[in-house]
Order: sequence, then C-alpha cells, then structure tokens
Amino acid sequence: MKLPIYMDNHATTPLDPRVLDAMMPYFTEKFGNAASRNHTFGFDAENAVEQARKQVAALIGADHREIVFTSGATESDNLAIKGVAAMYREKGNHIITCVTEHKAILDSCKHLEKEGYKVTFLPVDDKGLVSLDDLRAAITDQTILITIMAANNEVGVVQDVQAIGKIARERGVLFHTDAVQAAGKIPFNVNDLNVDLASLSAHKMYGPKGVGALYVRRRNPRVLLTPIIDGGGHERGMRSGTLNVPGIVGFGKAAQIAHEELDKEMAEMFRLREKLRATLERELDEVYINGDLKKRLPGNLNMSFAYVEGESLLMGINDVAVSSGSACTSASLEPSYVLKALGVGEDLAHTSIRFGIGRFNTEEEVDYVAKRVIDVVRRLRELSPLYEMAKEGIDLKSVQWAAAEQH
Amino acid sequence: MAYSEKVIDHYNNPRNVGALPKEDTDVGTGLVGAPECGDVMKLQIKVNAETEVIEDAKFKTFGCGSAIASSSLATEWVKGKTIAEALEIKNTDIVKELSLPPVKIHCSVLAEDAIKAAISDWKKKHD
Repeated sequence: MKLPIYMDNHATTPLDPRVLDAMMPYFTEKFGNAASRNHTFGFDAENAVEQARKQVAALIGADHREIVFTSGATESDNLAIKGVAAMYREKGNHIITCVTEHKAILDSCKHLEKEGYKVTFLPVDDKGLVSLDDLRAAITDQTILITIMAANNEVGVVQDVQAIGKIARERGVLFHTDAVQAAGKIPFNVNDLNVDLASLSAHKMYGPKGVGALYVRRRNPRVLLTPIIDGGGHERGMRSGTLNVPGIVGFGKAAQIAHEELDKEMAEMFRLREKLRATLERELDEVYINGDLKKRLPGNLNMSFAYVEGESLLMGINDVAVSSGSACTSASLEPSYVLKALGVGEDLAHTSIRFGIGRFNTEEEVDYVAKRVIDVVRRLRELSPLYEMAKEGIDLKSVQWAAAEQH
Repeated sequence: MAYSEKVIDHYNNPRNVGALPKEDTDVGTGLVGAPECGDVMKLQIKVNAETEVIEDAKFKTFGCGSAIASSSLATEWVKGKTIAEALEIKNTDIVKELSLPPVKIHCSVLAEDAIKAAISDWKKKHD
C-alpha cells in the first residue's frame, strides 16, 4: 500500500491509464484541428471527436447529436442556465433551483437575478432531498427552467431526478440537471429520467481535466440555447472554440469504461463505503451521517465526528486525502452551506469529513483510513473540552459561550 | 494549508493537556470561544495565593491545529509566571512564536482571551 492515500474522489479522480493511452496519439501525430475539413489531419481529429461523442452519449442514453463538448461542467452549467434564460426570455423569466446546488449553478442563477430574472431557491429536508410538493408549488406560468442536481458533491445525496423530470414535463418546463457526480457512478439515462439538459465532467469519471459536456435534448422537446461564447460556430453553434481533441478523446474513453464497468464498480464502491461506515460507527460514539444514507452515491460517506474540529482531524490523518466541511479549510470561515441547508448545526458542521471512495481505492486502504480516523478522533476527544463537558452531562446548547456575541 | 514546524510539534505533542479541579480556590478556569465558531479553549491555572505565581496550567481545546498549538503554548508560557506577568502575554507574541498565517490570528486572540479569563476567574475567587 502506497501513502498518501487519495480518498477525495468527489473533488477529482485520477486519470485511468486506459484513458491516457487513448489520448496520447492526439497530442502528437494526430494533432489536427477537428474543424479542418480539407485534409487528413482534420479528418482524423474529427473522427476521433465523433467517436467520443458517441461514447459519451451512450453513457447517458442520448443521441450523439445531443452532446455539446465544453471546457468542463462549470461551463456546461453556465451554458444551460444562461443559454435557456436568454433563448426563452419571451416565454418567461422564472427559474427554479435548490440551495444545495454547486456554486456554478447558484452563481449563474444569481447572475440572472441581477438581469431581472426571478429565481426560486428550494430548500432541502434534513436528508438533503428536495420536496416534490415544494417544486410543484413553485412552478408558475413564467417558469422556463428547473435545475436540480442529480447527486450532491458534498453529501452524495441522489435526488429523485425521474420524478422532478416528470413534473417539469407535465408543466411544460425545461429540466436541467448537474449530473457531474452521478454520471458514470450510478445509472443515469436521460430518457428514463425525463432530463432535457445535463452537465457532465470528464475528470470526475477518471478522465482528464478541462473537458466536459452539456447534453441538449433534440426532440420531445427540442431544446434551443443562446450560446454564451461566440466565434466559429463549433458544436452546432452552441459552443464556439477549437475542440480540445485529446481531452475529448479521453472523455469518450472514460465514459466508455464507466458505462461498461458501472454495475461492478457500483457494487465495489458500496461494499467499501459500507465497510468504512460500519467500522467507524462501531468504534466511535457520537458520529453522525450527513444526508440520506439510502439515496446516496455508493462511494460517498459524509460524517460528523462530534467534539472534534474537522481541520484538526485532517491534520492528524495527514497521509490520507479527504476533505472537511469545517470553516477552517476554506477562506470564508463559514462552514459548508450544504450541511447548513440540511439543518446540520454549525457545531457539527465544523466536525464533518467527506470521504470519496473511487475506482482505485482498495480494501486495505479503507481499513487503514478507518484505523487512522479512529485513532485521531480518540486522541482529539481526549483534548476536547466539549467532549469532557458532554461526558460530565453538561448540555452544550445551554452554555453561554463567550464568543457567541461576536458572530 | 502548510503548518509551521512549531504548530505541528504542539499538535503532535500538546503540552499540559488535562484538567484541574475547577472548584478549588487556587484554580482559575477560562472557557472561551464557541462550538458554532469552530474553536473552544479551556485553560486552567493553579495559583499560589502568597506569591501569585502560576504553579500549574492545563488546557483542552476544540479547534484547528493552530488553535491547539496556541493554547498549548499559552500553558507553557504562563507556568512559573506571576499573574501580572501572565497578563502581559499578547496574542502577537503567540503569532510570532508559531508563525501563524493571517487567517489563524483569531486562534492566538482566543488563547490570550483564555489566559485573561482564567486569571479573572481566579481573582474573582480571591476578592
């Protein structure tokens, strides 16, 4: 077993060596511009891009003509939201999203608010799920787009995308989903799920960084977009700019592998995640799982370790790469807005750790991580005045904290 | 975030961890910070009433590595000092000693507050 261990696969994933092999020729001898229609260098690049387009489309049950390649999911999210908003401005000015979305969604929506659009930010329940009744109630005759993520990047909670898509379709509203964490990790089929637009990212599925895609439905309904980048009219006018051929080839290969190995990989991620969860819950008291446990990505575990501040825990397990919802790991000094939206108290939000198990993690690594976390949590609890007070039977909520007034 | 060697040393080998009997008249207890803010420090001192010398100090801290290191260092520094001398310790001294980056200055402020709160608690018992 090699240290350090990478277990932060929601942030990014390592490139699969099979993906790198597929990409290599497109950096060197097959370097052509896919838009060069008059020589073999261009044809080779274009053929490679079209093959990748089919591979990505196959992963999500789409037609290859419905895939628009982008620089990544942030661009895809921006294109979906701003592109729909501009195209359908005469139809309406209302967009519905949810508070636990990625910043690329939230900030795109806030940008549109400044331009006069109305945005509803739906709350989530304590499991991280959007209420379908809330969604139905939020739709007006001005609503042009619903954008709700498929799986959350922090707590791994999987929304009922199919039901949301059904509601959207019944009401004649377009439905976009940020499927970055879901695609390639759980079954995700745009037709089964009634999805009209979906954002994808290569580097979350063992492909390269700097390449993503937006799925744009072609029929029933046909979705039109106003481009946000103008230029040579690439990608059927929806996204200008010379195509990142090696990146796209890698994305295609990554999608193909994820598609072929989905069932096997899901079962293995789930087995490892459950082992990690069961071990931590058995060995430590007062640990809490954030987000619904059943409607969840198989490789995700987000857990709060009461009375142990997240950053100090990360410091103790410095040969393991995971992430924390603690304020101290960000510049903002605010704990995770996602955990806050779930109603996790700020005290527990500061103690949360996100484990993201991926394709290349082994059982030996999971055992090692569990052991390290257990040792460090025990040590830091011996150091924690809160743990001591809780053990003395003091209700921490009743304490008049000296610093509380400053915040 | 990269930690200074001294922060890592205090984190791995915290000095004077523990608790003193808080009801004792020669013990002063300072509890500062709040769980919602991600930092709580408890610093206790045992003071000789005759000489006003801090004979022992203990701490427990919930917080990041820098918070743990700041409070660990604070206990080291107050031990052997008189109450008057301990009140002279400034958060900027802690920042300097531990090479804390700007985002961690609040940890040193909290440690200074904890010293002052412990002394104030001890004084209250002796008024």
